[in-house]
Amino acid sequence: MAEKMGNVWVFIEHEAGKIADVSLELVCKARELADQLGLKVEGLLLGDENVEKFVPTLYSYGCDTVFMACDKRLEPFTVLPFAKIIMQLILEHKPNILMFGATMKGRELAPRVASEKRCGLTADCTELKIDDFEDALSKTVYKDKLMQIRPAFGGNIIATIVNTWDDPQMVTVREGVMKMGAADTSRKGELVKVPVVLNDVDTVVKVIERVREEKTVDLKGAQIIVAGGYGVGSKENFKLIRDLAEALGGEVGASRAAVDAGWIDHDHQVGQTGVTVRPRLYIACGISGSVQHTAGMKESKKIIAINTDPNAPIFSVAHYSIVGDLNVVIPQMIKAFKAKA
Amino acid sequence: MSYTVLVFVKQVPDTQNITGDAMKADGTVNRAVLPAIFNPEDLNALEMALQLKDRYGVKVVVATMGLPAAADVLRQAMYRGADEGILLTDRAFAGADTLATSFALSCAAKKVKYDLILCGRQAIDGDTAQVGPQVAEKLELPQIAYAEEIISLGDGKVVARRAIEGGYEVLESPLPAVMTVIDANIPRPMAARRIMKFKRARIKSEIVKEHADANYTDDAAIEAKMAELKDKGLLIQEWTAADVDADLDRIGKAGSPTKVKAIASVVLTASESKQVEATEAGITELIHELIADHTLG
Repeated sequence: MAEKMGNVWVFIEHEAGKIADVSLELVCKARELADQLGLKVEGLLLGDENVEKFVPTLYSYGCDTVFMACDKRLEPFTVLPFAKIIMQLILEHKPNILMFGATMKGRELAPRVASEKRCGLTADCTELKIDDFEDALSKTVYKDKLMQIRPAFGGNIIATIVNTWDDPQMVTVREGVMKMGAADTSRKGELVKVPVVLNDVDTVVKVIERVREEKTVDLKGAQIIVAGGYGVGSKENFKLIRDLAEALGGEVGASRAAVDAGWIDHDHQVGQTGVTVRPRLYIACGISGSVQHTAGMKESKKIIAINTDPNAPIFSVAHYSIVGDLNVVIPQMIKAFKAKA
Repeated sequence: MSYTVLVFVKQVPDTQNITGDAMKADGTVNRAVLPAIFNPEDLNALEMALQLKDRYGVKVVVATMGLPAAADVLRQAMYRGADEGILLTDRAFAGADTLATSFALSCAAKKVKYDLILCGRQAIDGDTAQVGPQVAEKLELPQIAYAEEIISLGDGKVVARRAIEGGYEVLESPLPAVMTVIDANIPRPMAARRIMKFKRARIKSEIVKEHADANYTDDAAIEAKMAELKDKGLLIQEWTAADVDADLDRIGKAGSPTKVKAIASVVLTASESKQVEATEAGITELIHELIADHTLG
């Protein structure tokens, strides 16, 4: 019998006094995996002294243990001290699995940690499960490994990745793909306070200014998005986009070109520098479909593209292609929907 | 100021133009069948470096790891304003995941004098955004991810604005540092005058091949040609794993902890794309279809 496996760890992300949804989604997923393997779910909670209030919530979603490191140098988040503390915890406790949300913080922190630990890291997973893996080359069979499933190659393939080296098996997981279960406030756990030992070298990067606003637009959670691009033509004409979104019960999105033109606020921007969305329906109106834009929307379940240019790249990711003038097509859509719904 | 900015770039298959057998049976990418392009966010990183060249007169060195054909992206960087190119190429580098890639790049960085390393946030073939932070860790340097703009560079430090969820931060880091750059600037076009000059830039493999094509393989002549190009600033460095003292256990497949278990193709969206007539009848039918399958309503 091999030595007992380490536990399933989740990095707990928080901002503005609130735990990130993705972290709770991951705690729930970790619970499922840990139960299957007979392991514990352990959360890594780093920040200033205000984070202790999150601990009961973490228990209620499924953490058996919370490792908590509190220090004023851990607020706001900077990558170097976080990486150092997580690395120390890994060396001490040898977790089997370590998950991060594939957020901006998770995607800069996880690779730093994986590099130092010299272990594999799979980015942006959309599914995780436990299975055995036989390495075809070495004929080695690995039992109970984490299958790390992610889209790759511009979303054209789905790859299942396995980390065959020493644990931890590290992943970042996309927001909104794992199901957040219900909290059980009767659940209890163990709080482990972690001493914070940081050197000057860990805090060389200074935050001079930090500006954040809570988003007023919930593009990530929207099931229907109507997005306008440069082809909309003017700020005034963006009303068409809003009208369609309102009629269908959706949110308004935009391409960078429309945002740069000043027709709509950046909070609405979909794409690499905006938000990545995966709604049930995405209607791209007058959007040519640059790589930067399509990277942020092409995994939408259904995509309708309306464009006057039959060669617009947006049509290559569209399920429904409408070559035509959005000024004509959108009112027709509103009319058809209102008549039927 | 005599700072040097090292920019890591990648030649990537154009994932927007997937055709035919893009994946090989072993789950790796069949790059041969796809058009190879300059990774978009690496162009943003290069632009950031060139803006530093305009402002502070820094030297811009561009490096990439890949097949000899990746010398193309180095030339393209020179057309835009880069001063020097380095190609890291060796069969031993093949099959690398992000850990092995970042190790190889860090070995190359150790052979260059630099003050700042810039790279695109992520490459469009893998979209992992891991190599930048991993290069930083391997070199034990601070990192600034998602950089939008450099506010100042000097006195041994860099001040940069970077994106965070829902806003931005201004960070100050001592040099050297590693920054990953997002799509927040507009890369300058290639300059005609620079194309005229740097289209003759070559790596050694290309010189050897051109001589062979001319039925001419005299070593001394090849050396002479390399010396001539070097004098003119047209020799692109070509480095093997041995040249950068890379431990063979830590590069390529051997240095990669992750293995691909399975690959499933997502049915190409183009093939299931449906043309909808931009007529009242066409639009009405579409809306009815979407209501019927519960996409709408």
